[in-house]
Amino acid sequence: MKELIRKLTTISSPSGREEQIRNIIREEIKNYCDEVKEDTLGNLIAIKRGGETKIQFAAHMDEIGMIVTDIDEKGFLRFGNVGGVSPHRLFGQRARFQKGTIGVFGAEKIDNIKDLTLDKLYLDIGASSEKEAKEKVSIGDIATYYHEFSDLGDRVIAKSLDNRIGCAVLIEAMKRATNPQNDLFCTFTVQEEVGLRGARTSAFGIEPDLGIAIDVTSTGDTPECERMAVKLGQGAAIKIKDRSLITHPQVRDLLTTLSEKNSIPHQFEVLPFGGTDSGAIHLTRAGVPAGVISIPCRYVHSPSEMIDLKDVEAAVRLAVAVMENKVEL
Amino acid sequence: MLKELSELNAVSSREEAVREYIRNRIKGKVDKFETDNLGNLLAVTGENKKGPKVMLSAHMDEVGLMVVGIDNSGLLKIKPMGGIDERVLLSKRVVIGPNKIPGVIGAKPIHLQEREEREKPVKIPSLFVDIGAKDKNDAEKDVNIGDLAAFDIKAGEFGDRMFKGKALDDRVGCAILLNLIENTYDFPVYYAFTVQEEVGLRGATVAAFRINPDLALGFEGTSAGDVPASKKHKQSTRIGKGPAISFMDRSVIVNQALVERLIEVARESGIAYQFRESITGGTEAGAINQSRAGITAGILSVPCRYIHSPVSVLNLDDYENTIKLADAFLKSIERKGLPV
Repeated sequence: MKELIRKLTTISSPSGREEQIRNIIREEIKNYCDEVKEDTLGNLIAIKRGGETKIQFAAHMDEIGMIVTDIDEKGFLRFGNVGGVSPHRLFGQRARFQKGTIGVFGAEKIDNIKDLTLDKLYLDIGASSEKEAKEKVSIGDIATYYHEFSDLGDRVIAKSLDNRIGCAVLIEAMKRATNPQNDLFCTFTVQEEVGLRGARTSAFGIEPDLGIAIDVTSTGDTPECERMAVKLGQGAAIKIKDRSLITHPQVRDLLTTLSEKNSIPHQFEVLPFGGTDSGAIHLTRAGVPAGVISIPCRYVHSPSEMIDLKDVEAAVRLAVAVMENKVEL
Repeated sequence: MLKELSELNAVSSREEAVREYIRNRIKGKVDKFETDNLGNLLAVTGENKKGPKVMLSAHMDEVGLMVVGIDNSGLLKIKPMGGIDERVLLSKRVVIGPNKIPGVIGAKPIHLQEREEREKPVKIPSLFVDIGAKDKNDAEKDVNIGDLAAFDIKAGEFGDRMFKGKALDDRVGCAILLNLIENTYDFPVYYAFTVQEEVGLRGATVAAFRINPDLALGFEGTSAGDVPASKKHKQSTRIGKGPAISFMDRSVIVNQALVERLIEVARESGIAYQFRESITGGTEAGAINQSRAGITAGILSVPCRYIHSPVSVLNLDDYENTIKLADAFLKSIERKGLPV
């Protein structure tokens, strides 16, 4: 599992440019499903047949990024955010483009760090002229954080665990669910970070009876942080609510009952901000009951996100339990 | 045509004047046209041809003001319709409602303003429209709450190939579509003249659902920031440098193959182009892209200075080159199919 997480987090695949991660995931899952499709927006949909009820699992495969908007005469790049990028988290960090170019974020002179905004930052790719820079990158190219994977034992630090860890959970669950009791539409979605866009269109196409997103959630277990019940290492988090969704009570009960029956460590999550793919899925067509299996994650949207493998294992087991349990809503 | 379109009034939700004008221009040139429930004017050419369904869209509506109250003095309280730079409203002429009641936008006179007030632009809650009424009863004879006010500005060419007028966002897009509709392509082309873009891409949302195209291209007037004291990396687009190709905005990330095809046809046809070097703002491509199970959608824009104000400025070469680039793009579909 660690090796899979390492592999997935090493890839640079920002929203709208998911081809690299899609290819890797396709290779991982192709032998564990009946059919694999790719839709117009680039969602990867793996179908595993097993019953009447159509369940859409959704794990987004995109990550936040920085899109080049200008290249100046000295070869410095200006950029805009793709998804929730904070200027304070970028300053001094490195970024990598999909073709391999690496750069560092610098800032214009400012008197107070509070005044730091994205348009005061630039990306320095070591080019000494506009011409040299344009040989390496084009306007419209998107970079992502560039940071290595660190193995801390039970816990790991990596970039883009939001949401490669969700992808890893769904891949692993597909491999383990050898006896599915429902028709499973395992969807690796695009463009979640810019507004749940892949989930919205894929759900319209699939028309599921039930939607379950697999994504990270924030924790409330670090010094002087915002109060929140979720803790790293305490199990899979069953979402009750975030800004995009109030989990359907039947879905919440289904996830809770399956956790209890299978002795899967779990906790409940009320997230005061943020949204997930299920937010878009539950509003599709005439409405779809939906919920979320969350993996607790510290430092979300930073270059060094942290998760606990015990939570990952619990999330996999819960996803498999849903897949192998005949769901009737 | 651009002049006629610019001088028509169509603040979001009251697009009749522009719709009527366009309907008269396209009669007899299309297989069929219809007005949908929200007021979008949808037309199609080559409906029975084989090949991909391509949707071209431009919005008919413009930003403006809504009358939300009538003071006892007969002065009108207003709210913005769409994103308006409120600093530019003061002392501008408007016309209100279908009877085009003239008015001017007023505020407290300068010698009655406190020092602090003078140092800040007047905000919309402190602005009112004066239609010359002597009291509330008098005003109510001409104006109702809910009436919409549009800027009262004559359009026309000036300088070297420059054009000024109101609502170039997005009458220039409508004009581009009216040019393209004269052409024939060997696949069905759906022309969507949409409503209520400025209040949230609403017309395009339902138009895309109905048409369900294989690919869509929207046409916009977009902000040009090539003015003094504006840093190069914040200008977004520049007047006279050609059509602007979008790679991303707040509403859409454009499929890379579509962007690459647009660049390729521009190069092949010798049309100068620029990127829209900004990711701010939303466009109809966003709404179309999210329709049904997902639709590939892009945006071509004509750079316009002073957008969302009573008067904006564009370059006529940019306008004509946008038509040429769109035509070259559509011909490339005839030769090589869709880019995606």
